[in-house]
Amino acid sequence: MSAVMTDPAAAAKYQRFGRPLWRRLLLRTETAIILAIVLLIIIATATVPYFAQPYTYLTMLLNSAPILLMLIPVTLIIITGEIDLSVGSVLGFSSVIFGLSYAAGVPLLVAAVLAIVGGGLIGLFNGVLVTVVGLPSLAVTIGTLALFRGIAVGLLGTRAVTDFPEEVLGFVISPIFGSPLPMVTVAILVLVVAFAVLLHFTPFGRGVFAIGLSPEAAAFSGVRVNRTKLILFVLSGLVASATGVYYTLQYSNAIGTNGYGFELQVVTAIVLGGVSIWGGRGTLLGALAGGVLIAALNKTLQLAGIGSDTISIVTGAALIFSVVVASVAGSISRRRRGKASAIAAGA
Amino acid sequence: MTHTPLLELKGVTKSFGAVAALVDADLALDAGSIHAVIGENGAGKSTLVKIIGGLYRRDNGEFLLEGESVDFQNTHEAKASGISVIYQEPTLFPDLSVAENLFVGRQPYTRFGFLDRARMRRETRELTLRLGVPIDPDREARGLSIADQQVVEIAKSISVGAKVIIMDEPTAALSGIEVERLMGIARQLRDEGKGLIFISHRFDEVFALCDVLTVMRDGSYVATNQTAEVTEDEIIRQMVGRSVENLFPKEVAEVGDAVLEVENLTSIGVFEDVSFTVRSGEIVCFAGLVGAGRSEIARAIFGVDGYDSGSVRIGGAKVARRNPAAAMRLGMGFVPEDRRKQGLAMTAGVQTNITMAIRNRLARFGIITSRLEEPSARNWAARLQVKTNALDTEAQMLSGGNQQKLVLGKWLATEPKFLIVDEPTRGIDVGTKAEVHRLLSELAGNGVALLMISSELPEVLGMADRVLVVREGRITAEFSREAATPENVMYAATHAPEVAA
Amino acid sequence: MTTTLKLPPIETGRSVFGKIIHAREVGLIVLIIALVAVTTVIQPSFLFSDGGFRELLRQPTILILIALGQAIVIITRNIDLSVGSILCLCTYLSGWLFANVPGIPIPVVVVIGILLGAFLGLINGLLVAFLKVPSLVITLGTLYAYRGIAILWIGPHFIRSSWLPPEYRKLGTMQVFGIPVLLIIVAIVVLLVGWFMTNRRAGRDLYALGSNPEAATLFGLSERRLTLNAFVTSGALAGLGGLVYLSIYATGDAKVGTGYELESVAAAVVGGVAIIGGSGTIWGVALGAFFLATISSALPVLGVPSLWQQSIVGVFIVGAILLDRLLFLNRTLQAKRKGRAL
Repeated sequence: MSAVMTDPAAAAKYQRFGRPLWRRLLLRTETAIILAIVLLIIIATATVPYFAQPYTYLTMLLNSAPILLMLIPVTLIIITGEIDLSVGSVLGFSSVIFGLSYAAGVPLLVAAVLAIVGGGLIGLFNGVLVTVVGLPSLAVTIGTLALFRGIAVGLLGTRAVTDFPEEVLGFVISPIFGSPLPMVTVAILVLVVAFAVLLHFTPFGRGVFAIGLSPEAAAFSGVRVNRTKLILFVLSGLVASATGVYYTLQYSNAIGTNGYGFELQVVTAIVLGGVSIWGGRGTLLGALAGGVLIAALNKTLQLAGIGSDTISIVTGAALIFSVVVASVAGSISRRRRGKASAIAAGA
Repeated sequence: MTHTPLLELKGVTKSFGAVAALVDADLALDAGSIHAVIGENGAGKSTLVKIIGGLYRRDNGEFLLEGESVDFQNTHEAKASGISVIYQEPTLFPDLSVAENLFVGRQPYTRFGFLDRARMRRETRELTLRLGVPIDPDREARGLSIADQQVVEIAKSISVGAKVIIMDEPTAALSGIEVERLMGIARQLRDEGKGLIFISHRFDEVFALCDVLTVMRDGSYVATNQTAEVTEDEIIRQMVGRSVENLFPKEVAEVGDAVLEVENLTSIGVFEDVSFTVRSGEIVCFAGLVGAGRSEIARAIFGVDGYDSGSVRIGGAKVARRNPAAAMRLGMGFVPEDRRKQGLAMTAGVQTNITMAIRNRLARFGIITSRLEEPSARNWAARLQVKTNALDTEAQMLSGGNQQKLVLGKWLATEPKFLIVDEPTRGIDVGTKAEVHRLLSELAGNGVALLMISSELPEVLGMADRVLVVREGRITAEFSREAATPENVMYAATHAPEVAA
Repeated sequence: MTTTLKLPPIETGRSVFGKIIHAREVGLIVLIIALVAVTTVIQPSFLFSDGGFRELLRQPTILILIALGQAIVIITRNIDLSVGSILCLCTYLSGWLFANVPGIPIPVVVVIGILLGAFLGLINGLLVAFLKVPSLVITLGTLYAYRGIAILWIGPHFIRSSWLPPEYRKLGTMQVFGIPVLLIIVAIVVLLVGWFMTNRRAGRDLYALGSNPEAATLFGLSERRLTLNAFVTSGALAGLGGLVYLSIYATGDAKVGTGYELESVAAAVVGGVAIIGGSGTIWGVALGAFFLATISSALPVLGVPSLWQQSIVGVFIVGAILLDRLLFLNRTLQAKRKGRAL
């Protein structure tokens, strides 16, 4: 063996992918979800009244916008093997900060900045407890979930700030130039693109996956594990609080209970979209598709006259269903791999 | 008059895929004796232990317990038959008390249905006293020293009525007094009629303690000796006795300037005052026993672990402590000991793994795509002749040898100036071993400075320009390529410096 | 070799029933007394009125029950976020039974209520134990699935106290020697559960499982069986909690139990249960629950709007796990300095 020069023929011998394209695409969760969305839309258009109208899509996106926004950075956190359950409370907290500052006479923009910074600080708090102190992210974010929801409710109490300038409110919910999509879609798209590039096309993103696949191997490969996690938690806090500002304006209502329960929908969407809860696998596209599927499902049920309370059951069932399926699929492929690796090892 | 040995293995074989871990192993353990099993790393000792303990099942051969053939499906069955293994990793429950640890799963009840803590306490106290180490039965297991943990595990074994007690490298992490104490306990157990198997590298202990010595090499049984009738030299010869020809040719390389300079590196309780240099084109080998601290030193140099004092320099520039990314930027690479947990992401593909360490380098304007990664992945996989058909094959599907080549490829891709390789050929087949050695030799020829950690003497002797022997966290001897012999290296590794001639 | 060995002195270290653990329970008792004392000084009727005293002792009963169940689950290195929803369903089922099955004996309703809780817990347990899915995710899902079922079933209705037999309503207010019967019942449950966790193999095995899951399997402990038991118990205790709720408030709607899961986690953590499992006493948890529940009654008296209650819960969760972790790090540092391991 001459290991000095690389034999170009030998290098070219490797296939890029072990399985043909169609198999790779077909067996992915993202494909299944997108198919499900399409299927759902087809069925709904056919059977549910008013579904096929632009207005439906508008409200569907408006209602699900907060979830879609917040799930973006949380997807990255889950890919590293951690979790952030505090996003709903951060939304509520920033909403309260925003409302209170504005009501106190602070200019709207400054109030927004204050709220967003507040969220970033909560993210920092989470991140420090997880990386520096070494606490499990589940416990930490359950604690901050309670803590900052409590502070939000305590600060504003039973009051609500509803007095926001008309022009801003109108802008926020207006559709983009005649299309059925609201303004916030721009924000969603920008964020999705930015984070997707970060996750799938930068060294930082490679590091995120590495941490989820094997934190030890990542550390041994020079990935700065703690710094990466810290950055992700801060980003999550920032996005959640920005979403809080948006949410407040969308409903023209700053109140302590804003965002209650959103963390569940965020986690459900992400897991449904094929992101592994154990970390290391998944795509942002999938998570987003999961969010869209849940939004479409909720809208369909709502229009079909089934109570909005069923949303809880649906979301809960969807979450359980997707993890169960992932778990079963995982053990099937593990068994297949066991046979295959025995063969490969003999090679 | 023939007697039935307590435990007997005859012609036992065990393979993992293509790698034969144990070939034709023989062992006969009598009751009331302490039987040592000696061998280098990879000799098959731990596989032997795991088969006896029920963790693995043998492929073929006989396994007799008190004359009856046995085949354990799991560790539970082995325990129930009276076999107890004290591994290096503790299997205690940190939050439970010592007494509860002893009685896990079988706590006695009082007449009223309460846990009979008084009895548990009493028995624990008796047992530990009998072993000469009084431990408070009510204290948490967490915080016990390794030595005390071992005592608890031994007490547990006695308590469940073990007849065979195996201790796997028990003294690796013990201090002098604790070693004495352990040996006293071992003798006592022997006098009580139990059969002990003692796995250790440390000759002074082995010769002082054990009645019988079995030597293993390359997974095979070599010989069994009565301690009283054999000398250390003979044992060493049995351990290393293979034709140490130049199976691993290290080309003569031009040795240049110092690349790595380590000065007075100390990590309290782990290693102390380590100083050495590695020059470009040179291969320096850390030899020594398991637990000597070699990997710890390497990890501290690379930055995965921290250290308390001292300095590390690459090409004159100081390397920041605890910062692998900084070390990598200065041209350092590290092929770790445990390729499955530290070297690779097992569920990730070949391309992902190969490009993991060079991701920053491959990026254009901060962006990295599969298209940018692919050429490097192809290049290095081909160069190392990684046997796979596709670049997205998961690492866990590859054989051990190919996995090791994958890890090497990942680090060679970083074009390091200084490369640490920790046990580069552990657990891989002979053919791949030779490939790896040729590769490392070639690297040195290209001017890379190499620090190799190895527990296989032939490898050390064949590859090293200089051999540094590490013992209990200190460098105790240095031999040039010409001066190093299996005997003097092994001697330096097993004896305290003041005893060495 | 017959040298006389100089053994290192016996290090008793920290025994399980030793210093810090004692400090925790003692500390909690001190905190409770201090809290009640301060509040009573501000408003003497907090303690020294018939109603006040009764409330003080009755209020924590629900939280104590669900905190117990949560603690058992956390000890095995899991978590149960569905307790609030389980409680709600059991409350309403019991009320519904009283209303729709005339003359049904109280003990039967109690048993059915507990069984429903156990059943819902069983579902959790099966999914976690047999499918190896993280309990966080499963119970997050059942939290909402069960809540959704409750909303679907109950709708806008609520239990009317007229549905309940007068004996049951009396149970909520009855006192024996000045102590509410409910507290006595809960105290008995605490004693039983505490006894079980301390004095039965099955109880100790739960601690072993949480302390070192790998070693547990090595010793033949069945992770599946133990996990299943933990979740069934948690569900059953939540069911019992629902019955107590019904007795105290004589009403119940679809919102009952909202937020209880967080409080139960807080009570467990404050009471000394480590979030990673393996340690913590039932007595500590009961005291922790008592403390937290008393704080919410005390808040209005202390001039803190009860709206701040949840933030207090959050402070305690974060504070307790932070404190435990810092203590652990400190101990490990000390151990390292002395050359110990583990």
